[in-house]
Amino acid sequence: MIGSPRSWREKPQRYRYEAGKCSGCSKIFFPPRLVCDACGSKTFETQVLAQTGVVETFTIIEVAPSGFTDEAPYAVGIIKLDDGVKVTAQIADCKPEELKLGDKVRLEFRKVTEDGASGILHYGYKFVLA
Amino acid sequence: MDVGIVGYGAYVPRHRIKVEEIAKVWGADAPTYKKGLMLGEKSVPSPDQDVITMSVEAARHALTRSGIDANKIGAIYIGSESHPYAVKPSGTIVADAIGATPNIHCADMEFACKAGTEGMFVAMSLVKAGEMDYALGIGADTSQGAPGDALEYSAAAGAAAFIMGKEKVLAVCEHTHAHMTDTPDFWRREYQHYPRHAGRFTGEPAYFDHVVPCGRGLLEKSGTTPKDFQWAVFHQPNGKFPMRAGKKLGFSTEQMKQGWLAPILGNTYSGSSPMGLSAVLDVAKPGDRIFMVSYGSGSGSDGFIFRVTDEIAKVQKAAPQTREQLEDNPIYIDYGTYAKYRGKIRMLED
Repeated sequence: MIGSPRSWREKPQRYRYEAGKCSGCSKIFFPPRLVCDACGSKTFETQVLAQTGVVETFTIIEVAPSGFTDEAPYAVGIIKLDDGVKVTAQIADCKPEELKLGDKVRLEFRKVTEDGASGILHYGYKFVLA
Repeated sequence: MDVGIVGYGAYVPRHRIKVEEIAKVWGADAPTYKKGLMLGEKSVPSPDQDVITMSVEAARHALTRSGIDANKIGAIYIGSESHPYAVKPSGTIVADAIGATPNIHCADMEFACKAGTEGMFVAMSLVKAGEMDYALGIGADTSQGAPGDALEYSAAAGAAAFIMGKEKVLAVCEHTHAHMTDTPDFWRREYQHYPRHAGRFTGEPAYFDHVVPCGRGLLEKSGTTPKDFQWAVFHQPNGKFPMRAGKKLGFSTEQMKQGWLAPILGNTYSGSSPMGLSAVLDVAKPGDRIFMVSYGSGSGSDGFIFRVTDEIAKVQKAAPQTREQLEDNPIYIDYGTYAKYRGKIRMLED
């Protein structure tokens, strides 16, 4: 259960892929954070992530947790975006046996999970083959 | 003042199921359905796709083609009969995801398969009235057909989005017309999972007695004849109805085939004629005229005449094209996977 407050709070990164770029050293954080771990700056500007990248590594989830069983087997990977940022996310709409390291992918807006049959629907980003 | 489409985009899910696969399960004769309804296969949404996700993708394509900032959009109207929430708008999520909040008017629309063109109609009217510079109308559905029902062969998923404006217009809306009566041909009552329909009654006096008069009214109002148009698009509950309605109005197969997506897409309900329009805009040339009539059970039709401008060539390839999405890399699934994806299997409750 994610609930309304967290879902609402995370909209900028989940809906619009907004990262925080450190004003001191230009390091990009996704999701954004309050203090830069590189230079200690507390000032960030919003930067929208690149929408395309490549699969750096991935695993196949065969035994899915509750809420994801409809989609099993599915891939979860680390994607290196064109701007250098690495993001962990599901790679949707692909046959696990066809996915390869280095495959080009792009972001798509998808339903990530739902709070049961009567709760809030949570939307966000997944990747699909480009 | 010329008002019309300044950006457009469509979204088609990747999964498909063939008519043969559905017919096999229900002991039906696939060639009869294929010939009778002129349907070969249909799109199927993934479990993580719904009206909201497809609307976001279509709207992002429309924004790319328009070149405008999302925060200039003054209204968003999403037409659908499969909004994910019974109470809570789809439009708020879509508007937030594309960066169009908070200064924006929003309403979700419903009118069976006509809800998408309603959104387009209202969006365009607000721009024309001078209330705002840009407004977004979207038609999207993940339509349901009861297992074994004729609708199961056609009920598909897809979305199309249109940003209306008055600067750098790609397709000027020259005329509109609406035709509506109370005709109970197809409905879904509150809390029901699947819609019901009145069989052959859905043809005449429903579909044909609204699409054809709306088309005639539009021709009369505009002082045009079918020969004045390069393209014609009609609502596509199957492959057969739009072709027959178009022929009744005097349009040729050649004028209709680019926007005739049903044989390989199915019926995307509120997205149906809007997606056909997007496929036409992908190939239209400056000066071309497009004739379009939607249909929603209940029943009514919205008609539009668009004139394509010089701006079109600059944007056609700026975002994924509709037929390209339909034809490239489909993933074919069997009926079991389809039933799982569409929530047709009774599961153990949490």
